[in-house]
Amino acid sequence: MDDLLKALPGLLEGLGVTLYLSIPAFLLAMVLGSMMAIFRVSRVRSLEVLGTLYVEGVRNSPLLLILLLLVFGLPDVGILLPLELAVIIGLGLYSGTFVCEAVRSGINGVDVGMVEAARASGLTTRHVISEVLLPVALRTMIPPLATVFITTVLSSALAAAVGVTELTGATRVYNLVAAQPFVAFGIAAAGYLLINLLIGWASAKSERLLRFNQ
Amino acid sequence: MSTSRIFDIAGPRQQRRVRIATTVSLVALVLVGLVVAEKLYYEAQFVSEKWLVFYDLDFIRFLLAGLWVTLQVCAVSLVTSALFGILLALGRLSSVAVFRIPAIGVIEFFRAMPFLLIVFAVMFGLPSVGVSMPAYWQLVVAITVNAGAMFAEVFRAGILAIPRGQREAGLATGLPSRHVFTSVVFPQAVRNTTPALMSQAVRVIKESSLGYIVGVAELLNNARVVSEFTGNFIQAYLAAGVLFVVINTTVSYLGARWADRLESS
Repeated sequence: MDDLLKALPGLLEGLGVTLYLSIPAFLLAMVLGSMMAIFRVSRVRSLEVLGTLYVEGVRNSPLLLILLLLVFGLPDVGILLPLELAVIIGLGLYSGTFVCEAVRSGINGVDVGMVEAARASGLTTRHVISEVLLPVALRTMIPPLATVFITTVLSSALAAAVGVTELTGATRVYNLVAAQPFVAFGIAAAGYLLINLLIGWASAKSERLLRFNQ
Repeated sequence: MSTSRIFDIAGPRQQRRVRIATTVSLVALVLVGLVVAEKLYYEAQFVSEKWLVFYDLDFIRFLLAGLWVTLQVCAVSLVTSALFGILLALGRLSSVAVFRIPAIGVIEFFRAMPFLLIVFAVMFGLPSVGVSMPAYWQLVVAITVNAGAMFAEVFRAGILAIPRGQREAGLATGLPSRHVFTSVVFPQAVRNTTPALMSQAVRVIKESSLGYIVGVAELLNNARVVSEFTGNFIQAYLAAGVLFVVINTTVSYLGARWADRLESS
């Protein structure tokens, strides 16, 4: 119990850093990913190619490689960013590819008959998109996007590999100092489980709310 | 075009809009490209010595040696995680609570953990309870635990998706229930889940890059050695990135081809 109390402050601070990294990164991923998804369904050939190159290039590289490129590569071209910001950008870039795929399959997953019916009833393209396509697509996107959020939180652990002491890094530090793997890894595991459950709960809740509006 | 069924066929007005958007975006992209190129040129990143990794045979050979280790780690880990995953999936599908409940616990727990935390637990936690092993196996064990939980869910979904009639028909022909599973249900489940398994393989290839942390001389770790030796971080990691992207897109492509074949059969 004593050990637990001694370990908690450092690890809670780490948990705070984990959230501080992963929430902005997820927001960045949402903006970037949605933009790229729109590019990929836009019919504008140049933007489609840009979106495809981004998704295929970034999604197929290990996140650690992207973080290393940003952390060690950017100073080489004279761009000096705070370490945390570089990690947030890298994480956002990486998660953005998964957001893009979630949004794109949400749009492509809408029943074609429904869209055709909307068109047949005389709605203009803009209204087909805003009144029929998006409301239906958004609802189906919530569970995959929640999964992407969870993955973003889990991936933020790699920040420890480039020197940011978030939850996983704090766990390693505490274990080095106190040599108590069960306490250290136990608390960290509980922290990540808690975040997982919270996001899962929020996703289920918002899905129910949207269904009510139908 | 993949989305042509959702969107109407473009009329003259929309075609004009698409043309304008194409022109504007091309101009914007070229401008961004020029700004980036100017910056790189200004920082002397285009000097040919900086790009040695891409044309010097010794460096290329060193990176390819790393790639070979990456592929070895992945091959071994794929086998071990598939075995672990099948075991967990069978446990989760079992009607015996003693098997089912621990299997659910293990799957859900490891799916909720960051991979690096598992790596640290294997590196620093296991030795203090008397389990130590060489770096190579530390990496394989960490991947197996994490990917095994993912594989378990893929296998479980695959097994549940086999129509009940298949199992019933097997039993009706007099096969014992064990053989119905091994020669009727399981082969079909593997065939149907192969595309999903391929995308898990891409995951495993990316996870193997944590050899950088554990100290296995795989691709990313060798890229780090090159970057520190030459001082050219961007070029060294870009070279490794190109290799990772080539391998992973090939694996994804094969998975997609398999999925197409399943759909058409």
